[in-house]
Amino acid sequence: MVKLVIDGKNIQVKEGTSILEAAKINGINIPTLCFLKDLNEIAACRVCVVEVEGIEKCVTACNNKVQEGMVIHTNSKKAREARKLNLELILSQHNFTCATCIRNGICKLQELTKEFGITDTPYNIKYEQKKWDNSIPLIRDFTKCIKCMRCVQVCEKVQSLGVWDIVNTGGKTTVNVRSNKKLTDVNCSYCGQCIVNCPVGALHERDDVKVVLDALDNKDKITIVQVAPAVRAAYGEGIGLKREEATEKKLAGILKSIGFDHVFDTVFSADMTIMEEGSEFLTRLDDIRKTGLPMFTSCCPGWLRFIKSEFPDLVGRLSSAKSPQGMFGALAKSYYAEILGVPEEKIFSVSIMPCLAKKDEETLDNNHDIDAVLTTRELDRLLVSTMVNPKDIPETEFDSPLGVGTGAGVIFGVTGGVMEAALRSAYFLVNKKNPDADAFKDVRGLDGYKEASFDFGNGVVVKVAVVHSLSNARKLINKVLKGEVKYDFVEVMACPGGCINGGGQIINLEGSDLAARSNVLYGLDKVNNLRFSHENPEVIECYKKYLKEPLSEKAHHLLHRDHIKEMKEQKALGKQV
Amino acid sequence: MSRLTVFTKDKQESVKELLYRDLERRIIASPTGLCPVDLTNSFVRLCLSQSCGKCTPCRIGLNKLVELLESVLDGRATLETLDLIKETARGIYLSSDCAIGQEAGKLAYDSITECYDDYKEHVVNGNCTCNSNKPVACVNLCPAHVDIPGYIALVKEGRYDDAVNVIRHMNPFPITCAYICEHPCENRCKRTLIDAPINIRGIKRVAIEKSKNPKLPPKAATTNKKVAVIGGGPSGLSCAYYLSLMGHEVTVYEQRKQLGGMLRYGIPSYRFPRERLDEEINFLLSAGIKVELNVSIGKDIEFSDLKKKFDAIYIAIGAHTDKKIGIDGEDAKGVMSAVEMLRAIGDGNPTSFEGKRVIVVGGGNVAMDVARSSVRLGAKSVDIVYRRRKADMTALAEEVEGAEAEGCNVVELMSPVAIEKNPDGTVKGLRVKPQMTSIIESRRPSPKNKNTDEVLIPCDILVVSIGQGIDSKHFEDKGIAVKRGNISTFDSAAVGDMDGVFAGGDCVSGPATVIRAIAAGRVAAANIDEYLGFNHEIVQDIDIPEVSFDDKVPCGRVELSMRKPQDRKNDFDAIENTMSDEEACQECGRCLRCDHFGFGAIRGGRSTKW
Repeated sequence: MVKLVIDGKNIQVKEGTSILEAAKINGINIPTLCFLKDLNEIAACRVCVVEVEGIEKCVTACNNKVQEGMVIHTNSKKAREARKLNLELILSQHNFTCATCIRNGICKLQELTKEFGITDTPYNIKYEQKKWDNSIPLIRDFTKCIKCMRCVQVCEKVQSLGVWDIVNTGGKTTVNVRSNKKLTDVNCSYCGQCIVNCPVGALHERDDVKVVLDALDNKDKITIVQVAPAVRAAYGEGIGLKREEATEKKLAGILKSIGFDHVFDTVFSADMTIMEEGSEFLTRLDDIRKTGLPMFTSCCPGWLRFIKSEFPDLVGRLSSAKSPQGMFGALAKSYYAEILGVPEEKIFSVSIMPCLAKKDEETLDNNHDIDAVLTTRELDRLLVSTMVNPKDIPETEFDSPLGVGTGAGVIFGVTGGVMEAALRSAYFLVNKKNPDADAFKDVRGLDGYKEASFDFGNGVVVKVAVVHSLSNARKLINKVLKGEVKYDFVEVMACPGGCINGGGQIINLEGSDLAARSNVLYGLDKVNNLRFSHENPEVIECYKKYLKEPLSEKAHHLLHRDHIKEMKEQKALGKQV
Repeated sequence: MSRLTVFTKDKQESVKELLYRDLERRIIASPTGLCPVDLTNSFVRLCLSQSCGKCTPCRIGLNKLVELLESVLDGRATLETLDLIKETARGIYLSSDCAIGQEAGKLAYDSITECYDDYKEHVVNGNCTCNSNKPVACVNLCPAHVDIPGYIALVKEGRYDDAVNVIRHMNPFPITCAYICEHPCENRCKRTLIDAPINIRGIKRVAIEKSKNPKLPPKAATTNKKVAVIGGGPSGLSCAYYLSLMGHEVTVYEQRKQLGGMLRYGIPSYRFPRERLDEEINFLLSAGIKVELNVSIGKDIEFSDLKKKFDAIYIAIGAHTDKKIGIDGEDAKGVMSAVEMLRAIGDGNPTSFEGKRVIVVGGGNVAMDVARSSVRLGAKSVDIVYRRRKADMTALAEEVEGAEAEGCNVVELMSPVAIEKNPDGTVKGLRVKPQMTSIIESRRPSPKNKNTDEVLIPCDILVVSIGQGIDSKHFEDKGIAVKRGNISTFDSAAVGDMDGVFAGGDCVSGPATVIRAIAAGRVAAANIDEYLGFNHEIVQDIDIPEVSFDDKVPCGRVELSMRKPQDRKNDFDAIENTMSDEEACQECGRCLRCDHFGFGAIRGGRSTKW
C-alpha cells in the first residue's frame, strides 16, 4: 500500500494505482479528456494535471502512479490555471460550432469547457481544414479533431487494424488514415469503434436521416422499417427514457407515430438466419472435421470486411447465410411485396442498426434490398427532430408477418448470442427435440475469447468459440491456422461486447454500461414464450408459404451470399474489401 | 562623449548568447524524421532575423520565402509555388551582398531540391511524408534498438542482472559494448536540451561490472534445423546465439584459433580486456552453439558442401584484409599492416617494438589502436602520420587525445610519398610531402600539396592503417553477389537469390562499428528463423521501474575516468575506470525517460518481443 495526501485527505491505495484512480476511489474528481482507461493513457491533452508538492512542474494524473508520501493538490491555482490554459489552447484549434454539431450535448470538450467556466477564449480560433469523402459511412471532420489519439489506440489495440495514425510532425501533427492514405484504400472494417470512443464530433457516421425523412414524406412509397435486437437495449439512453420505459414495443409505437407504414423486427430475420445458418452448419460438419477449419458466423459486417482484408483465404469458411438485416431486406421486397401485392420498387426499406458497417453492407447489396440504414444515434436524432414526445406514445406490437421474434433472435445483439441461438436450433435439428433453452449459457459473458464444447448426443460433440473485438478474432484465427486449436463453429462480432456496443450505438461519455445493455437482451429472451428460432410461427409460415425449407433453392437465392465472388468483384473495382 | 569606450558586457547580449547556446543544444537533440518544409521554414525565419536589413534579397526575399513556405504547409500552394520558392532561393543566394543572405538562400534551395518529393506531397495531397513514429531517440539510433531507458532505470535501482538481461534481449554483447561501443544512441539524447547527453555507455559499463548472474533466456524446443555461421565475430555470434535460443542447431566456423573476430584480432585489450571478451563469448556459447575453430571456408571446406549440409547459412566473415598505400617501398622489412599487427597481439604473440621508432600511417580509430599498442610494445617514439588536419581525423576525438596523452605524436598534413629502405632492406623512414588544408569536398576539407620540400621521417617500424578489405572472393566464385568487395544483401540480410543464405556485419557494410555488426546478426537470426518456417518470439518480461517526477535541474554529465597515462601506457590492462555507485545513480537520474514522457507514451515506449 502507498500512503499519500490528496487535497488534504490522507489516503492509502494499492501500489501501482494511478493518481487519477487514487483520487477517484477517494471521491475526488480530476477532469480528463484524452484518457481512455487501459487504451489511451498518454497524457496528451494535459487537462488532468495536478500539483505535487516539492515538484515545480505539473504532473498528469492519468498516466502517473502514486508514490509514497506524495502530497497532491488537484485544484490548486497552479493546477487549475495549467488545466484551463490547455483547454483554451485545444479550443483555439477546434471548430466549436456546438449548436450544429452532431455531438452537441454528448461532447467531452463541451462538458469540460462548461465545468471550467470558460466563456471566452483569449486566442484566435484557427482549425485544420482537410477534405474527406463524405459518401462513405465513416466521416472524419478535421475541423473538430483535438488529437486525443483515442481513435488511433482503439483501432490499433482493440481492433488490431491500425487504420488511424498520427501523421505529420511539429505543429502540423494530426490524426489521419495511416500513411496518408484514403480510408477506402486501407483495411478499415467500418466497425465504428473510433466513433464511439471519440470525445468530440471529429468522427461520426454518415447522416442518412434526411433520406429517411424524404421517404416518409413521399406518398408513392410504402415505408417499412426493421429494428435490430441491440437497438432496444440502448435507444432510450439518447432520448432520456429509463431502461424500463425504453421497450421494443414503445419503439414500435414511436416509429409508427412518425409515419412508417409497417414496423417490423429484425429479430424475425435473426430467427431466419438461425434456420439457414444452423442447417448449413450441420451440412458442413463433415468438411469442418476433415479440414480442421471451423465455420464462421457471417452476420457481423465489420467482421466480414475484416476477414476479407486480413485473411482472404479463409473467406470460404464463412457461413453463406446473409445477415438478419440482409435476409429481412430480401424478404421484404419479395415475400412481403407479394403479400401486399405491390411491385418491390414501391417499397422503401429502412433498417435501424447499432452498427456503422451495416451502412456499407447496404451499399454492397446490388439489388438494393435495403434503402437506408440508420444507426441508433440517427434514430434518436430522427425522433428528436420529429418532435415526438416518446413518453406520450403507447406501446404497440410489431406488425405481422415479419414482426414476431423469439428470445433466441433477440440475443443476437450480444456476444455469444448468435452462437447460443444457433446451438439451440442445431440441437433440435440433430435430436428432433428441444434442449433446455439455457443449456448453452456457457457462451455468454463479456470475456473476449470464450470456448465451449457441447455434447448433442448421438455422438455429436460440438466445439465452439466466441470472440468479440477484431484483435481477439485475429488471435483466434492465428491459433486456428497454427493448428493450436480446433473448433467446429466460431462466432465473431467486431465490436467489444457485440452489437450492444456497436459502432452505431448511443455514446456515453464515461463509457456505456454493457452489462445493463446485455441484461436487457437476456431479460427479453428469458421472458419470451418462444426461445427457439425454429418455433417462430412467422418463420415457419414463411417457409411454408414461400421458401419451402431451409437451404431450398429459393432460400439460397434470397438468403445467402457468395462471399468469395463478392470479394473478387470488390477487388476488381479496386476496393480494399 | 569619450573618444573611445571600454567594452562592457551588455545584459541583453549575454542573455542572447545563452539562448544561442540553448538553441545549439536543441538542434543537436533534434528528433529524426521531421518535416523538411516545416524545418526550412523555421530556419529561414531565423536567418531573416539575422538579416541586417540593408539588402533587398535578404530583407525582403527571405520574408517572401517564409510566406511561400507557409503556404506549402497550409496546403495553399501549387506546384508553381514550388518553382517560385526555388527561383527565389536561388536569387537570394546569387544576389545577396553577404553570407547571411547567401547562405540562407542556399539552405532553402538545397532543402527544396533535395527534399522535393516531400514538398510536392504537401502541395498535391496536403500531407507530409514524415511522422513522429520513432519516439525514443536513443532506442531508435541504436542499431540494435536496445531498450536504453529501461536498463538505465534498472541500473538506477541497482537491478544489474535485469539491466544486462534487458540489453541481451536485443544485443547479446553487453560487456563488449560497455567497453567499446561508439554509442550512436547518445547523439540525439533529449537530455541535451537541458545540459548534455546521458553517458549511456558509461551506465552500461556499471551494469556489466555489477551484474553477477545474468540468465540465459529459455530455449525453444529443438527444431532439428541446422544453421551454419561463417565467422565467429560479433555478427556471427549474435546470429548464432539467437538462433540457438530459437531451438535451431547452430555451428560456427571460425578460421582463426579463437572466437571474437575483430573484438579479439582488432581491438587491443587495453580498450577491451580479453578476460571480459572470453566471459561474453562463454555466456553466448552456453546457449548451445557448436564451434569449429581453424576452419576456413573455401580452403578447408567448400561453401557448396556447407550448403548441402545445412538448412541455412549466415556469412559474417568481417573485413580482415589490409589495404596498401600503393607507394614505393611498402615491401620493406619492418613495414606491416594494422591487421597483421593487431592479429598477432590478439593471439598473444606480438612483435616487440622495444626501443623502436614507429610510424603509423592513418587517422582512423584503428590507427589510434595501433599507435597506442605500439607504445605498450615498448616503442621509443610513435608518429601518427596523417595527410589531413588532426581535426579531420575519422578517429574519435577521445582516441586521438588518449594516444597523445600516452606520448604519440600526431604529424598532421603530411602525405606519404615513398618508404625509404636501408641497404639491408629494412625500413629507413617515410618520405612525406607537406600538405595544406584546402577546399571542403564531401564535407571534409581535402589536403593539397604545400609548396615546400618533401621530408623524411625516420623509423624502424611502419604500420599502415588506412582501412580494411573483405576477403569475399571464394563466395563470389560460388555465385554470391559481391559489389566492390562487399557482399550484397537485401535489408532482410538475405543474399540475392541464393535460397537460405544470409550475410551481415562488416562483410556487407564494409568496416563499421561493432553494434552495427551485432544488429545485423539479430536481423539475420529473425529472418533465418522465418525462412526455416518458424516464428519464434524472443520475449523480455522484466518489469521496468516507474519514472520519477523530480524536476530536471541542469547537471553535469559523469564521464568515465581513465588510468593515468604514465601508468597505463606500460601495460595492456584496461585503461578506463567505471563509475562509482553514487555517480551511476546520479547519471541514471538524469535520464528523461522518453519511454514514458513525450511521444513514447503513445505506444508504450518499448517493444518487449521480436
